Amino acid sequence: MSHDAHPQSFISKYVFSTDHKTIAKQYMITGLFMALFGGAAASAIRTQLAAVEPGGTGGFLDPQFYNSVVTMHGTVMVFWVAMPVLVAGFGNLLIPLMVGAEDMAFPKLNMASYWVFLLSTVVLLISPLVPGGGAAGGWTSYPPLAADPALSGVEWGITLWILAVALELVAFLMGGINFITTAINMRAPGMSMWDLPLFVWEEVAASIVFMLSVGPLIAGAVMLLLDHVAGTHFFDPKMGGDPVLFQHLFWFFGHPEVYVILFPAFGIVAEIITCHARKTLFGYKMTVWSVIATSLLSFVVWAHHQFIAGIDPKISIPFSVMTILISVPVAVGMFAFMATLYKGSIRFTSAMLFALGFFACFLLGGVTGIINGTAAADIYIHDSYYVVAHFHYTLYPLVFMAGPAGLYHWFPKMFGRFMNETLGKVHFWGSMVFFNLIFLPQFNLGMMGHNRRLAVPTNYEFLSTPEALLMQDISTWALFGLLAFQLPFVWNFFHSMFRGAVAPANPWNATTLEWQCPSPPPHGNFDTPPVVYRGPYEYSPEGDGPDFIAQNQPPEGQHEVPQNPLVSPHAAK
Amino acid sequence: MSHAHAAPLPEERTSTGVATGKVALWWFLASEVAIFGGLIMSYVVCRLAHPEWAEEAAHTVSAAGALNTVVLLTSSLFAVLAHSAATHGDMKKASNLLFATVGGGLVFLCVKAYEYHHEISEGFTPVASLFWGFYFFMTGLHGVHVVAGMTALTWAALKARKNEAPWAVEYTGMYWHLVDVIWIFLFPLVYLASAS
Repeated sequence: MSHDAHPQSFISKYVFSTDHKTIAKQYMITGLFMALFGGAAASAIRTQLAAVEPGGTGGFLDPQFYNSVVTMHGTVMVFWVAMPVLVAGFGNLLIPLMVGAEDMAFPKLNMASYWVFLLSTVVLLISPLVPGGGAAGGWTSYPPLAADPALSGVEWGITLWILAVALELVAFLMGGINFITTAINMRAPGMSMWDLPLFVWEEVAASIVFMLSVGPLIAGAVMLLLDHVAGTHFFDPKMGGDPVLFQHLFWFFGHPEVYVILFPAFGIVAEIITCHARKTLFGYKMTVWSVIATSLLSFVVWAHHQFIAGIDPKISIPFSVMTILISVPVAVGMFAFMATLYKGSIRFTSAMLFALGFFACFLLGGVTGIINGTAAADIYIHDSYYVVAHFHYTLYPLVFMAGPAGLYHWFPKMFGRFMNETLGKVHFWGSMVFFNLIFLPQFNLGMMGHNRRLAVPTNYEFLSTPEALLMQDISTWALFGLLAFQLPFVWNFFHSMFRGAVAPANPWNATTLEWQCPSPPPHGNFDTPPVVYRGPYEYSPEGDGPDFIAQNQPPEGQHEVPQNPLVSPHAAK
Repeated sequence: MSHAHAAPLPEERTSTGVATGKVALWWFLASEVAIFGGLIMSYVVCRLAHPEWAEEAAHTVSAAGALNTVVLLTSSLFAVLAHSAATHGDMKKASNLLFATVGGGLVFLCVKAYEYHHEISEGFTPVASLFWGFYFFMTGLHGVHVVAGMTALTWAALKARKNEAPWAVEYTGMYWHLVDVIWIFLFPLVYLASAS
């Protein structure tokens, strides 16, 4: 089956493209571009915190602007970097390839998803430029701070911010329906759900969790908007409204959102460690069930963000228990990955290094989370830099370690060329060292009582001690170190796109279907539609043959296509 | 594009045996349920905390709400009959029945417009109190879905007239049932749970 008969113009191939691979690149590059803004905001925050001097002098940002920068940093990194790169970027690139499909189930809907996302990006980027400045209520936008212009000083900024977030959520709803439908219904003949690579399971779980948790926030965002522009009082305590209600609506989405970001990252890491350790994934089915269990539990932990928000302490206990319980299925995944490494023939490629670095850092994030999740401990550390450090120890490895791991691993598939391995290793070791230097001191600052979102912490005597100042300085200098070590990556990424060593179809000798088509795959992906005969991770089989068996390799002696009772070519309409 | 393989083309594939469009539609409906579910739960929690809202709810026009419930349920019946006609190949009849469904939606909106006019002229505006805020937001969002459903049904009915897109009869009907079910929740919670 040839697709050469449909020549594509530049516009339809690279701009208004319905090809899932192009849309994946659009999402990834937009996400990486937004990471520059998120990183710039982080630099402004850290510079301010290191520049202020005892007594509250020094510093270069006024508190109102500082709040706006903090809000932008959080919003951009979660919604405009983590989501587009991990969920939409890798999901678009890999789901159709891994299930052996030509494209997504609904290519036009997929394209619409990206363009709505791009529109949301533009709205977000102009939101700080309107009179009154950008949204300054934090990325959580709690009312009444976010709802009442008299309190935050922000007029149009918050309206545009809500609009941008709402558009972004709509874009990912469209993408999510595509992901779920494609994985459920577009699988290659012979491929059961239990033959799906773990990454596809994780993306489906992420999409379902996103879809079922985002609804209440959409309703809540519209109510917040009405409070702000129409004069309703849903969240205004003066008029009988309930500000904690918004917190519930926000975190009913906000906490599952953590797992929406976690799942694709786990999936990326699972693919990389099986391939680069030449081992079958340890406990594939158990890992899938742990993903399902995590998905279910993720809906009943949200109030652990509100232990000190005035909720009934009796409610805190079940939420504490559920929060600690959810670390069990997450740990099942982590242990499965580590057990996969055992007795593997490990190749320390850049992708593998980032995957292993992910374990180390994410583990610390997970363990500190158990402390936060306990209501009694949380009363002390809530809203402190301890929580900031914990949060970054989870999200940074997910986005900036599993993310680059995936980029190094699938770059040859995306562009048909390798990234430079030496630069990749420089990128890894520099990031690993400086990331830890940024956030380890912040645990200590938090225990000293450093509240988050303080523009001038040195107004407090206990944060003006030489020890506290030293930690602020270390954290700030380490951030600039971290940013400097992203430069080799940026150069490597764009240089290798055109000048990298040419990659074959299956450079890593991997088993899954995306490696059984050309690099880069043409429009339509596979030269012949693949048929699947086996599970996703048949590495290092017995015997003298090659050390992997691709999913579409027929068993010896078998030539006919297996009849999948679930495949019915005539039921499609 | 010759097609010698035993394997079906990807775009014709359905690994589950359910049409791909229908799988997607069910997930879309689930996301709608999540939106209204969150909103309705928020209302219920606030309503339980404010017994005095019963006095305000007494000012809703329950008779109009009841009439609208009957109208919507009847329009859903037409959608089911349209699906039945389409499965028997009578696309003309299916189209007519879909237009009847749209007509039901139109009656619903007219009654709703009368209610809004009545309430606002009595001073019960969306900013009058938290109850009226919820009332207008929930019924308003539902109204937006009614309009969206009517648009989709009209499109499906016009297609069916030309004997095209037979699947749209069922899909738009499914969406219309959701709009109907949401109203079944709103009517008792907002209108009937009152002081009178």
